[in-house]
Amino acid sequence: MDAELIAMQLFSGVALGAILVMVALGLSIIFGMLGVVNFAHGALFMVGAYAGLYVATLTGSFWWGLLIAPLAVGAFGMLIERVLIRPLYKRSVDDPLLLTFGLGYVLVESVRIAFGNEGMPFPTPPELSGVADLGIGYFPIYRLFVVGVVAVVLVLLWLGLEKTRFGLIVRAGARDPQIMRVLGVDVAKVWLMVFGLGVGLTALGGVLAAPMRSVDPEMGALVLAEAFVVTVIGGMGSLVGAVVAGLLIGIAVSMTALFAPEMATIVMFALMALVLLIRPQGLFGKPGRA
Amino acid sequence: MAMLEIEELNAWYGASHVLHGLSLAVEPGEIVALVGRNGAGKTTTIRSVMGLMPKATGSVRFAGTELLTLPAHARFRLGLAYVPEERRIVPGLSVRENLQLGLLAAGGRIDERAAIDEIARTFPRLKERLDQQGVTLSGGEQQMLAIARAMIAGPRMILLDEPSEGIMPVLVEEMGALFRRLRDEGVTLLLVEQNVEWALRLADRAVIIDQGEIVHSSSAAALLADKAIQERYCAV
Ligand SMILES: Nc1ncnc2c1ncn2[C@@H]1O[C@H](COP(=O)(O)OP(=O)(O)OP(=O)(O)O)[C@@H](O)[C@H]1O
Ligand SMILES: [Mg+2]
Repeated sequence: MDAELIAMQLFSGVALGAILVMVALGLSIIFGMLGVVNFAHGALFMVGAYAGLYVATLTGSFWWGLLIAPLAVGAFGMLIERVLIRPLYKRSVDDPLLLTFGLGYVLVESVRIAFGNEGMPFPTPPELSGVADLGIGYFPIYRLFVVGVVAVVLVLLWLGLEKTRFGLIVRAGARDPQIMRVLGVDVAKVWLMVFGLGVGLTALGGVLAAPMRSVDPEMGALVLAEAFVVTVIGGMGSLVGAVVAGLLIGIAVSMTALFAPEMATIVMFALMALVLLIRPQGLFGKPGRA
Repeated sequence: MAMLEIEELNAWYGASHVLHGLSLAVEPGEIVALVGRNGAGKTTTIRSVMGLMPKATGSVRFAGTELLTLPAHARFRLGLAYVPEERRIVPGLSVRENLQLGLLAAGGRIDERAAIDEIARTFPRLKERLDQQGVTLSGGEQQMLAIARAMIAGPRMILLDEPSEGIMPVLVEEMGALFRRLRDEGVTLLLVEQNVEWALRLADRAVIIDQGEIVHSSSAAALLADKAIQERYCAV
């Protein structure tokens, strides 16, 4: 086993992790602010991939798919929040959970009816095909691109949260929505946008992931499970936690696939169990927060 | 027109009926002390005005606008601010950011830097700690921050729920001076207090609430002199 192979596998893990980060961030932002565990998040990842494929085929350009799909699916997310989830806030926490759980199935079946059961290939855009020699080995350009996009999105998110008025509302509203109302902030409007943002992120993850695999109606199921593991390890509602744990899981899965392929899916659950034993609130979670 | 006019206010927590047809008016530019023993309904009255009760009926008008039919967040924009008993300094945010929360509703119409400079002149203790986490301040400083946040956008009226609770006497005196200054600048204050003496010395008028109803209303000076009524309704 040579160093080059390990480096490549490690990088593969980072790319995988980068996708997970997008999905888990969306999950975590929505949970942190709205207190809603969005079980439709995996299905929306899948819808993002299909939307990307659809737009890319229609326009003949991957770039339009990459741009439009997250925006369109994010807007769809806002519609879901406004119409389906908002009436449930005053009820028990289980209600939004059950609703999104069911919604996930509806989305998967709808896509099945519209596009069929079979997986569909999502071609890598020609300008991003091939490999690049980075001196320590050859890396697929598309994966480098994915990591780059995710890095840019993370920086933008961080700037948005830390440096803008909207970011201040989001950070404060996650901690104390009631004081925000008293200070004149329409929290419902903020929740709407946060839900749209979270869904847009998972859809972006879906489009980015598609060329590295194929697109099929079930593709969101495993991703959702992985994203849950990531948020549990990182700490529910912690954004830094989602980033660190997403990369950690990506790398762990990828490395185990190299050394002990049969252990690859188990390893993430083993890691989760370990973290839960040592630090039940997750690596970056605050104790006592449900 | 009264600044705040509450008529026949009823409020419930679930099935428990807490306010029973309470009526109360606060005129522009006065300080009204709202006193009464523990559990009398003082906080509930304020929370009803701020739109934070699950169920409230009757009428609450602020400068002529009916509030009970408005969403909670509409009040601050009308110029009605609230300093809750628990202060509610938002964790994870610096003192400066907590102050900025008070400016969000203005949506950029107030110059943030100028407003924070001005508030820092009023509260020198906050000035030195602007970049510190808000929740690391002492109790008294947190109270000052909560008041500063409520007044930074220049409200017409402030509802204060036990601002002197658990605070050093010198800070309480400072706070009293601030409230007088605000009144002189035309800001209307409704002051809920357990520190009855202090509140009555500060206030123009006094109202006593007991079991969800107003049972006494007079000038603050008159109530201050009437130990019998104080004993009857305010003794802990
Ligand atoms: N969240 C709640 N759920 C149910 N009942 C409540 C709740 N909060 C207050 N109450 C009840 O409502 C009544 C009025 O309470 P409120 O908090 O308004 O009193 P208060 O005058 O502010 O008292 P204190 O001086 O102790 O702050 C009390 O009988 C109290 O037990
Ligand atoms: Mg109270």
